[in-house]
Amino acid sequence: MSVAEQSIVGAEDRSPGFLDSSVGRKVVMAITGVVLFGFVTVHMLGNLTSYMGAEAMNHYAEFLHTMIHGMGIWVFRAVMLTAVALHSWAALSLTLSNRAARPVGYRAQQRQAATWASRTMRWSGVILGIFIIFHLLHLTTGSVHPSFIKGDAYHNFVTGFQVPAVAAFYILAQLCLGLHMWHGVWSFTQTLGLVHPRYNGLRRNFATVLTILVVGVNISYPVAVLTGFIH
Amino acid sequence: MELNARTPEGPIEKSWDKHRFDLKLVNPANKRKYKILVVGSGLAGGAAAASLAELGYEVECFAYQDSPRRAHSIAAQGGINAAKNYHNDGDSIFRLFYDTVKGGDFRAREANVYRLAQVSVNIIDQCVSQGVPFAREYGGLLDNRSFGGAQVSRTFYARGQTGQQLLLGAYQALERQIGLGKVKMHSRHEMQELIVVDGVAKGIVTRDMVTGEIRSHLADAVCLATGGYGNTMYLATYAKGCNGTAIWRAYKKGAAFANPCFTQIHPTCIPVTGDHQSKLTLMSESLRNDGRIWVPKRKEDCGKPPSQIPEEDRDYYLERKYPSFGNLAPRDVSSRAAKQVCDEGRGVGPTGLGVYLDFEDAINRLGAKKIEEKYGNLFEMYERITDENPYKTPMRIFPATHYTMGGLWVDYNLMSTVPGLFVLGEANFSDHGANRLGASALMQGLADGYFVIPYTIGGYLAGVKPGTRITEDHPAVKDAMAAVQNKVDRLFAIGGKQTPTHFHRELGKVMWENCGMGRNEAGLKKALEVIPQIREQFWQDLALPGSGNELNQSLELAGRVADFLEIGELMCRDALERRESCGGHFREEWQTEEGEALRDDENFCHVAAWEYTGDGNAPKRHIEPLKFENVHLATRSYK
Amino acid sequence: MEKHLNLTLQVWRQKDGKSEGSFVDYPAKHISTEMSFLEMLDVVNEDLIRKGEDPIAFDHDCREGICGTCSMVINGRPHGPKERTTTCQLHMRSFSDGDTITIEPWRAKPFPVLKDLIVDRGAFDRIIAAGGFISAPTGCGQDANALPVPKQNADLAMDAAACIGCGACVAACPNASAMLFVSAKVSHLALLPQGQPERYSRVRDMVAQMDSEEFGTCTNHGECEAACPKGITMENIARMNRDFIKSSLTFRPEIASGGAG
Repeated sequence: MSVAEQSIVGAEDRSPGFLDSSVGRKVVMAITGVVLFGFVTVHMLGNLTSYMGAEAMNHYAEFLHTMIHGMGIWVFRAVMLTAVALHSWAALSLTLSNRAARPVGYRAQQRQAATWASRTMRWSGVILGIFIIFHLLHLTTGSVHPSFIKGDAYHNFVTGFQVPAVAAFYILAQLCLGLHMWHGVWSFTQTLGLVHPRYNGLRRNFATVLTILVVGVNISYPVAVLTGFIH
Repeated sequence: MELNARTPEGPIEKSWDKHRFDLKLVNPANKRKYKILVVGSGLAGGAAAASLAELGYEVECFAYQDSPRRAHSIAAQGGINAAKNYHNDGDSIFRLFYDTVKGGDFRAREANVYRLAQVSVNIIDQCVSQGVPFAREYGGLLDNRSFGGAQVSRTFYARGQTGQQLLLGAYQALERQIGLGKVKMHSRHEMQELIVVDGVAKGIVTRDMVTGEIRSHLADAVCLATGGYGNTMYLATYAKGCNGTAIWRAYKKGAAFANPCFTQIHPTCIPVTGDHQSKLTLMSESLRNDGRIWVPKRKEDCGKPPSQIPEEDRDYYLERKYPSFGNLAPRDVSSRAAKQVCDEGRGVGPTGLGVYLDFEDAINRLGAKKIEEKYGNLFEMYERITDENPYKTPMRIFPATHYTMGGLWVDYNLMSTVPGLFVLGEANFSDHGANRLGASALMQGLADGYFVIPYTIGGYLAGVKPGTRITEDHPAVKDAMAAVQNKVDRLFAIGGKQTPTHFHRELGKVMWENCGMGRNEAGLKKALEVIPQIREQFWQDLALPGSGNELNQSLELAGRVADFLEIGELMCRDALERRESCGGHFREEWQTEEGEALRDDENFCHVAAWEYTGDGNAPKRHIEPLKFENVHLATRSYK
Repeated sequence: MEKHLNLTLQVWRQKDGKSEGSFVDYPAKHISTEMSFLEMLDVVNEDLIRKGEDPIAFDHDCREGICGTCSMVINGRPHGPKERTTTCQLHMRSFSDGDTITIEPWRAKPFPVLKDLIVDRGAFDRIIAAGGFISAPTGCGQDANALPVPKQNADLAMDAAACIGCGACVAACPNASAMLFVSAKVSHLALLPQGQPERYSRVRDMVAQMDSEEFGTCTNHGECEAACPKGITMENIARMNRDFIKSSLTFRPEIASGGAG
């Protein structure tokens, strides 16, 4: 048997599906993560219209609902739903693999490099998941909103945040988003192999700046409503 | 016992080519019908197992470690020699051959050494094609350095981890064959017995070190590549697990043991700190390229910090005694010189057993950065172990047992006096004579494994009828299995009070004192009296916990120490009988007025091969005369 | 300066792979600061043997930091508190008199405990056997200088090849992932021209074997890098990921062809 023939046998024995592999699932996680972070960033920018008054914000909301003859929003929703589903599936699947990989833990374990953010990805992710559901029920369908008016985004926005408990939950969720983003943005560059010693410092800084920007602006909304700056 | 070296006739340059042509070949379709056992997975064993499997033989490989990648070849730091002449500095196969014969103080077989120099060139090609990351120059070509007293730059290296990288190359080739199902690997298995039928090696008995299972493995040929027996000295630069059990079992089954007294004491090791010491750590010889070795001129200065000893009160004794080689004098010469100054009471450090290796001049000349580039990892290692910073204060070094040139006697085909039993690498005696040059051990291990055994074993197997392997019900198999079980039972039956390490340490002290860097008749005779006493105590007072049917590290050690206690005796016996000084074997009675080794070519220009004649009987000394037709016998001088 | 310490060891004892294990306390008295950590254990073990007790089983061999055999988690850190230092080169001067030291084996499903502190790391060998090599049968090499390698690539390859296969990365990883180990070999060979022909099949085969051994997956904590005694960096993991993605995007299944020629 020649060497070549043997190596073909080897290849047949080991041809895993991309999504079965550890790296493949990480890549799904990273790419869907990029999509979701992109959305979060755009969402944060769009909401800046709230500082421009009711008309601007409602106009922006109307645009979102009518772009491409009203199709746009549905395409966008489909993409988001898929991304969230895949992201959660990858997270769950990887978490289960990781748990199974260490059935007996250590009595003492001293962490050297892991950050608080990296260690709490699972929990910040779960809180974000709960938050997203609440957020949709609150400001998209209005199901849990005390005085929801369909089509008046600005009104819903302002009255929604005037409930202190709701505002507090939003702020908490944004802090979780911050932790998730700070590790996630750096992490996806690592997972996708976008690494070079010349740009490594940049990767961390990019993650930090983007996180502060998104979280800072997002937190400013409930704060602005509560302090009466937006009313 | 007949010692037929089977050295080819004719001009030495042609002898290997001619011999290879004369060797019979095994039909390719028949190769898979032959099974070969390779014991040991270091450079020689790993390379042999991979290469033989590539040829199509059925191979099984054994290692006491948990993975073939951990064999102690991995610890070699400095480099590997090859006569590539890439530096255009006058190197050639003949020069490497010449240097090796002379470096070995004319106690090696010329034809073997010539072949070694010849295939050194192929080794580098092979390793590069496997992806060994040798150091390169900016143009992308291979870098070389001069090493261990060579006057040409012929040493290839991969930082201070050459052995590791070469071993990983062989290991990966081996793993590839394992993955293809061509090699069956048995890690955590220790060979305990050789199975010999009608004088021919037919298999081995191993102990599974996890379950304790003792079982036989039967084959058409057996290759031992189990390394050296230097741990007989207890403190050595060997890995803790290195042992002489496999070759000792083979010796007791009829394989002659050649030149057992030829041990290499490496000059640059970190000194001993106390009784707790379990092993010695080598600092690469390459340090001597830039470091200067000295001790205080006066005993009284030894306690002072080195910085307070002015230049004129320092004795750079190697530079003084050997002006042309200076700090790069060969290992045996440098080690002995260190011993001399320490014997004079001029040693440094808390124990007085140490000399300085000083980088101050080199740092002043080249800058600390350049020195860090060259030796950073070694300096770090030194600091980790000693808590002293060698950039600021000189290193302290002292010689330590490092390699055994002696080993099982083999002919030109690497076959021992037991047909079917081949011995490779450090486990054999063949290429280094009485002293090994730096960067030559890696070369020999790989030469034997990659480029010698694949040919010569074919020559042997061509004469073995396929399908004639014995089966497990053969009486020889049963006897061998019973012998192994019996030894385990005997060890457990002692029920004494002392640990295996205790006896090992005791043996080591006797060996180091009497069969170390300097040897004399009185000391050797004393050792020959004391060693059997320690052995007796061992068999009366050994404490051994647990049982044989489990992972039992104490049992493993006890078995090895039992063999060391016998090997040590043979080493001393050989040292006593070799009434001359040569290479690493320095008999104090035979020295020049200046304290240099004095060879006796008239009476001792030969290999001494010892034949086992039964427990309690004195072994029989045979000789294989050595002829020097290409390198003429001359006094080795490094002045 | 040599000092002497009295310590308490809390050591994981486990008779064999099938038995349950537990922590047992041992005093370690009059330990010299000049001893290595393993020499300290030797002293404790010699006492245990003399008392007729079973000594603590631990893996070790070269005791100079290169074979990768020694493997124990000391006070929650693989190879103990000193950076870039294997257990065998860790010296007792890193501890203080009166310390309690917890000693555990590597913990990961693919590294089952064989006894006490000894684990089976055969999974690493199987990963190498799956693809961690260059197929270069003996004798096929061309002249070593026929293929120049840029110095920087040779140096980077050497950095990756410095891995000693000890498994500290797996032990330290909160997910028991082996990606630092695997990526070090993938990188070593991918950085060299000799490694190019098998570059993409290698990464696929090695990752597949790693997954089938049931190691966890990387979540970019960086614990592996911090624990590695040889300073292997996470850049290697990124390189492996990149090669894996490329390999998956361009994978062409082998088409069986052949027959007698």
